[in-house]
Amino acid sequence: MTHLLFLIPIALGLGALGLAAFFWSLKSGQYDDLDGAAVRILDDGENDIEPEKRE
Amino acid sequence: MTRTTTTLGAKGAASGQTGPLHDLAGEQIVDSSQKRDDGLWQTEFVVPGMHCAGCMGKLERGLGSLEHVASARANLSTRSVTVTWDKEAGEATSLSEKITALGFDHFVREDDNAPNDPRAQTGKLLLRSLAVAGFAAANVMLLSVSVWSGADAETAQLFHLISGLIAIPAVAYAGRPFFNSAIKALSARQLNMDVPISLAVLLALAMSLFESLRGGEEAYFDAAVTLLFFLLIGRYLDHLMREKARDAVTRLSRLTAKGAMRLGPDGRIQYVALEDIAPGMTLRIQPGERLPVNGRITGGTTEVDRSLVTGESDPIERGPGDELEAGILNIAGSIDIETTSSAQNSFLAEMAEMMKTAENGRGRYVGIADRMARIYAPAVHLLALVTFIGWMFASGGDWHMSIYTAIAVLIITCPCALGLAVPVVHVVGAQQLMKHGILIRDGSAFERLSEVDTVIFDKTGTLTMGVPTVSSASIDDDVSLPAIKALASRSNHPAANAVSTYLADAGELTATEVREVPGFGVEGRIGGKLARFGKQAWVAEISTGNTGEGSAATGFAIEGGPMALFGLTDRIRDGAGATIDRFAAMGLPSEILSGDHDKIVSGTARELSVGQYAANTTPAGKIEYVRTLQEQGRKVLMVGDGLNDAPALAEAHAAMAPGTGCDIGRYAADFVFTHPDLRSVSSAYEIARKTGILIRQNFAIALIYNSIAVPLAMAGLVTPLIAAIAMSTSSIVVIANALRLSGTGDWKKADERAMGLGPSHKSSAPVLLGQGEVEAT
Repeated sequence: MTHLLFLIPIALGLGALGLAAFFWSLKSGQYDDLDGAAVRILDDGENDIEPEKRE
Repeated sequence: MTRTTTTLGAKGAASGQTGPLHDLAGEQIVDSSQKRDDGLWQTEFVVPGMHCAGCMGKLERGLGSLEHVASARANLSTRSVTVTWDKEAGEATSLSEKITALGFDHFVREDDNAPNDPRAQTGKLLLRSLAVAGFAAANVMLLSVSVWSGADAETAQLFHLISGLIAIPAVAYAGRPFFNSAIKALSARQLNMDVPISLAVLLALAMSLFESLRGGEEAYFDAAVTLLFFLLIGRYLDHLMREKARDAVTRLSRLTAKGAMRLGPDGRIQYVALEDIAPGMTLRIQPGERLPVNGRITGGTTEVDRSLVTGESDPIERGPGDELEAGILNIAGSIDIETTSSAQNSFLAEMAEMMKTAENGRGRYVGIADRMARIYAPAVHLLALVTFIGWMFASGGDWHMSIYTAIAVLIITCPCALGLAVPVVHVVGAQQLMKHGILIRDGSAFERLSEVDTVIFDKTGTLTMGVPTVSSASIDDDVSLPAIKALASRSNHPAANAVSTYLADAGELTATEVREVPGFGVEGRIGGKLARFGKQAWVAEISTGNTGEGSAATGFAIEGGPMALFGLTDRIRDGAGATIDRFAAMGLPSEILSGDHDKIVSGTARELSVGQYAANTTPAGKIEYVRTLQEQGRKVLMVGDGLNDAPALAEAHAAMAPGTGCDIGRYAADFVFTHPDLRSVSSAYEIARKTGILIRQNFAIALIYNSIAVPLAMAGLVTPLIAAIAMSTSSIVVIANALRLSGTGDWKKADERAMGLGPSHKSSAPVLLGQGEVEAT
């Protein structure tokens, strides 16, 4: 019985952590542009149209 | 910034935009911007041409390099760039100029789509509720499993209390979408599915709390939260489907003129936004632009395309003094017009008004789920009451026992499967439609489409491509094809476009001194000799042999030479015949309703073997025609593209428009198809029919499940374990049944196999996401 006193809060705490992480990711806009995130990785940031800015 | 930047004009053209790129007026940008708390301004530009990482990077870095821009963030899903900038440090117009310089057409996102748009909020709320419900369901279920597998009484009670502590806040948070909707329905004295759902969840929670506090053995916390979890999945999918479709439709928006170039009294040319155009202004309309408001020509002659207004595709000559309606496309020459209306009372606005009235009727349509709820909810509540009274008698007035059993009946009958039955089928159906390039605007459209019994097509732009193509050509051997192409390719006239497409393979030749003669054609010099391309009679002035009498064909000749003639017709859209045959095979009569001349319409009707047709109909005539049919009890599917069809589209029981149609037409339609092939229409109907069947099957499954579970519940034999198992299995069966929809109405696959072509776009992507790629033409 006593180990339940540890295990249940731990289990719930981990679950709540996951939930909090999801809320944070939602709030920080990580689901706003799923298509964009997929293609952004292909942009190496070098095709700059303004050579001056590229030092 | 004084430095000039390279213009990448090709990008704008590649995005499918027509007409020149416009800078937006500063006031227009500021009006649609929001001031943030930190004093910076935030503006969202929609950039339809953005389609890859390169474009995103270019826009972000390009805008970011401006001194007064704090940040620029591109979003590919919504095809927009959000810019935060300092209004004190620089001009608003420089943002727009920068985007134009980068080669992108763009407009400012309108207010109704702002970030604090209630719809976006709904989506976030649903997603958060879903996460909370999921968390609660998983944890409560784990605790319940250990109770079911035989925990001793003390542990069971502890677990019940913990479950209660998790479930109560979770239900209070995640249940809001249902509670709000139930309260709204009740205050309108109606019953929807959310009423029994809310009642069951709340009662289950209250009863379980009471039971666990007094040390009872059974609690329904798990049932309450898993119920919410399943139903929220259905609700969220439904929301996702609508968002996706709405975004795609917004992205197609491009035909409405957003503003015009104003010729000021001092002779200067300046951009004015649509809202600021007042009667009496002089506007300069270039070839390829549309009139933003009604107006009278004061200078210049041209040919105009009135197809959006009348449905008729032949260009019409217009000169000084002629009145033109808003939305008309200027084809040939630059003209000055004096505006006779503002944007609020132009022809376009009148059409929008007509549509609004018609659409109110459609808003009264009650979806099948709500119709079911009207029967189901009272029945369930009555059953629970009967159970309660029955047990009061049977047990000799045992309150606790009677209430407990009555609530068990409510929980077990809670329309979990019913709540999923409709949205899951709709989502699978919408995914199926998107594979065919068809966008659906909301779920009830499936039900309305599956009920139609008559199909009415508009002719120009729907049954036909709306663009003329060369159907016959008589060219003497000594007329040089490259010479014809050299002249034809220099004009934007539809006839010239048709001929240059027809002669795409001819060699290159250069014409000099080319000028467009509005109303006649183009002329220029080829090898030093005068050459003309255009109206036959006009070309005949310089040619030999042909007088050019009594023919509407387009001619070409070089001075003193013979004339080449091209007959032009509006080509029938691919799959038009097949579509009408398909509808006939399914027992639906097709009709044509067109604003075009009787002769042309009857020809098309004969070619497609359509028995019923009406020609020369005005927009008001079209809406009247549809209304009369519907008053006779017929249910009409209207398929049309033009502005002139828009009121009829809104009036019809269900409506479809091609993606190439006008904005207003697309907004009035329930379905928008983006493939050129008309078979999309019959595919959509077949998918809608199948959807209807599956929804009914799902209801049947849910009812069968109820007819087994309810007697058990009424007899007081149901335990939380049985409730959990029954609920989950019925939900899974309903979802599995919905998935059977894949593969319906797939003419494309059969075609591709037959022709050995690969699929033209991704056809297997995960549910919804990534399926919204629209092939705008």
